[in-house]
Amino acid sequence: MADDNKPTNGNDAVNRRQFFAKLGLGSLSIAAAGTAVFSYQFLSPNVLYEPSPVVNAGKPDRYPLDSVTLDVNSGIYIIHSQEGFFSLSAVCTHLGCLTAWKPELGIIACPCHGSKFEQTGKKIEGPAPRPLPWKRIWINDDGDLLVDRSTDVPPLQRDSYVRV
Amino acid sequence: MAKTVDQYFDDLRGTRVWRSIFRSGTGSSTLKRALAIQQNVFLHLFSTKVRTRMLSFSATWYLGTLTLGTFLILVATGIPLMLYYHPSVPQAYADTKDLQFVVSSGLFLRNLHRWAAHAMVFLVFAHMFKVFYRGAYRAPREFNWVIGVILLLITLLLSYTGYLLPWDQLAYWAITVGSNIASAVPLMGNKIHFLLLGGNAVNANALLRFYVLHCMILPLTAMFFVAIHFWRIRKDGGLYSHASEPATLRARAASGAAAGKEAQ
Repeated sequence: MADDNKPTNGNDAVNRRQFFAKLGLGSLSIAAAGTAVFSYQFLSPNVLYEPSPVVNAGKPDRYPLDSVTLDVNSGIYIIHSQEGFFSLSAVCTHLGCLTAWKPELGIIACPCHGSKFEQTGKKIEGPAPRPLPWKRIWINDDGDLLVDRSTDVPPLQRDSYVRV
Repeated sequence: MAKTVDQYFDDLRGTRVWRSIFRSGTGSSTLKRALAIQQNVFLHLFSTKVRTRMLSFSATWYLGTLTLGTFLILVATGIPLMLYYHPSVPQAYADTKDLQFVVSSGLFLRNLHRWAAHAMVFLVFAHMFKVFYRGAYRAPREFNWVIGVILLLITLLLSYTGYLLPWDQLAYWAITVGSNIASAVPLMGNKIHFLLLGGNAVNANALLRFYVLHCMILPLTAMFFVAIHFWRIRKDGGLYSHASEPATLRARAASGAAAGKEAQ
């Protein structure tokens, strides 16, 4: 056949070769889409071996009144204020460095880029864009303080403190 | 009039981006077709022209190409498996179990890797026998036979090193036995055993060494020799096809000349 690509009858007719070319490309497209879904599902882990977001901070009497205590491993502060216990994330809202409590200055400071926060998490100066978030804190039946790092609570609200 | 698929491809080949990547240009003249092969970094290993009888199924049974196919499957499945596998004693077995039962499609990828590995060993041997019985190892292809033997050994070592990675009882004792076979080498056998395992017993060091061999050193070495293997096909006058061999052609020419003389 000299010209296989020319339709044999009429302008819109599809000859055998064109039909199979389209069928082949169509199948390849479907297979490519399937591979994309397959890859996405494979790359998303179904089980994570990460620590629980809920942290046991121990008995409340470990924390004296007007103290700020950093738990380096879980990245939270336990603060015992006049209003009660509350918990702050110690992770800077700028780029995720671990902040530190400066007792001599009475502020929380980030060593990476110099952000400063008050004891309540309120931002004093940047580059951090937001205050340090408050985390849900409660006392379990054994009398231990528990903090849920995955749940933010509104700052300075009555319900955001726990009283012993 | 609706464009055909071929016309879309022709348009694509005419675009500036395409032309900046593939310099050989469009058209189907013999020169352009030869340039398309010669100017491509992957294809230039191969001949620009091939006799059709070299590409017939009976010439090779496509065993070398099929072996390459299984190798590509092994690379394509092995890399995703590496994303979930930690080559450490506490985790290796658990990670293998996770791939079987937890990771989406992990079972499929792992089994595909395993079956492709078995198929590759089978195909490498079949390829070797086919080359041997056709006499395709003879001059001028002797050196490519040597490269082929090296590739056979690399294939077996890839199988052997991959065997340890699940870190189950089968793997542990297979490598214990296999590495003790290496100690049978005269004079330096015990040294080889010590260096292979990174210690005196199959342990954490051995697992890490076999992992590095399996995922880095042996595949890279295999690719290096595969490139030489393919390049030598071109240098040695193309794939072996009895009817195209110089000796066959000379014999035919001679008998043809003789027949011609008789006819006179």
